[in-house]
Amino acid sequence: MNELLNLLKQNALETPENLAKLLGLTVDEVKQKIGDYEKEGVIRAYQAVVNEEKLDSSVVTTVIEVKITPESDGGFDRIADRISRFPEVDSVFLMSGGFDLLLFIKGRTIHESFSFVSEKLATMPGVISTGTHFMMKTYKQNGIVMHTGEDDERLKVSP
Amino acid sequence: MNDSKSLRSRIAKTVRDIPRSGIRDFFEIVSSREGVISLGIGEPDFVTPWHIREAASQALDRGVTSYTSNMGLLSLRRGISNYIEKKTGVHYNPEDEVLITVGVSEGLDLAIRALIEPGDEVLYHEPSYVSYNPLIELAYGVAVAVETKKENGFRVTRAELEEKVTPKTKVLLLNYPNNPTGAILSKQDIEEIAAFAIERDLIVFTDEIYDELTYDREHFSIISVPGMKERAIYLHGFSKAWAMTGFRMGFTCAPPELTEAMMKIHQYSMLCAPVLSQEASIQALKHADEDIAHMKAEYKKRRNYIHSSLEEMGIPCIRPEGAFYAFADISKFGMTAKDFSLKLLDEQNVACVPGTAFGACGEGFIRCSYATSLDEIKEAMKRIAQFIKTL
Repeated sequence: MNELLNLLKQNALETPENLAKLLGLTVDEVKQKIGDYEKEGVIRAYQAVVNEEKLDSSVVTTVIEVKITPESDGGFDRIADRISRFPEVDSVFLMSGGFDLLLFIKGRTIHESFSFVSEKLATMPGVISTGTHFMMKTYKQNGIVMHTGEDDERLKVSP
Repeated sequence: MNDSKSLRSRIAKTVRDIPRSGIRDFFEIVSSREGVISLGIGEPDFVTPWHIREAASQALDRGVTSYTSNMGLLSLRRGISNYIEKKTGVHYNPEDEVLITVGVSEGLDLAIRALIEPGDEVLYHEPSYVSYNPLIELAYGVAVAVETKKENGFRVTRAELEEKVTPKTKVLLLNYPNNPTGAILSKQDIEEIAAFAIERDLIVFTDEIYDELTYDREHFSIISVPGMKERAIYLHGFSKAWAMTGFRMGFTCAPPELTEAMMKIHQYSMLCAPVLSQEASIQALKHADEDIAHMKAEYKKRRNYIHSSLEEMGIPCIRPEGAFYAFADISKFGMTAKDFSLKLLDEQNVACVPGTAFGACGEGFIRCSYATSLDEIKEAMKRIAQFIKTL
């Protein structure tokens, strides 16, 4: 992967000035490249990775395995797209193996997630079956380890 | 008789005369403070890649806890021989030309003790790693420092060496990529130095511990020059590129006669390097190319950042091409390197090592290590910029 994208994936708030320094480019070159990535849809969004457990209003994440019937003219795409449009749905992936789609759903309560599955998802034409898992704890997300305060055990000065 | 003065008088004169490392003094000051951002650390901030740690822990599970042969595990020596041949084109016989040591530190000590007789002169370039001078003196050798200059990018030149060489000079000690300056030598530089060593019939010790860590061009080893293998002791180890400092793994490659001489000292003083570290190193040689590439890419970004930040705030610094240090020229602030470092620590809680810890000619410089996280480097650069505004 391109170095600039790697740096932005680690920290989307990195300034163009710093990115230029890190990569040995000019600020204008960095801005130009980022602009191109945004236009081409390579960069889709800039988001914060939030440790939900630190917040009082905790969010329930549900992981759902979905089996669907592919359509003759659209394969999995049309139904996957339709599922993606629900605001409760955080991520949708097409998988190989025992099921077809893997969904990550965010809800305020277990009940809310359950009603999404039973009322909106399972009843959708083309959906054959669903398997629902509740996520218990997040240790690492998007390459970021959730617990903080790791100690550097090296000597403070060494030759 | 047991008062401390009388005890001190019983300490060997050579040891008494050797000053404590400037690093050690500075370490004690820094350690007494809270919340310091340290650019003073000479080891990677990466943890040893997991598969290497796994190899050590599996060896422990298998009950591999014994001594090894004095020379080290043959399979490791074979791996090293292949690795060095691939890099340099020079073949060392794993049976009698490769010796596993406890870090490059031990390897260097062995090389010096095996060759140096009282009064023999050793040429080495300064600013240099802190051990060179004391190790030579502990062996009753004469350490002859050759100053390298910022104007030359801290590359030692043949002319500078010619000025200091005498009939008593036995050894030339080289360290490129260099700690503390980050300098590397070109192939042409190396060839000139090799020609000098051959003409003067010198043995060359070459400490190439940082050879994997160059950022703009490949390192060229002096052992690759025809005629050099026969007169060189090549020193290397796993600490830096593989991030294995705590494993204490080094090795020497040298002709059989020299290896045998070093082995004699090693067998009586050390017996062998720790077996778990040797097991881990076998794994390191087999499967770490990607890990090294990843770490190197990170260091390169930090190098770029720290170098352009220093230049931007008006602190001149040669662009470091190897190792993970920037050697910044703070002479224009009219303070000694030590005073500058202490004041910076006091006012901004940033630790850099005064250049004088690496020899007298390091006066006017500070060493900033970029083996620390980018966030820390950014904060340190901000604070140094604030600090120099007050000077």
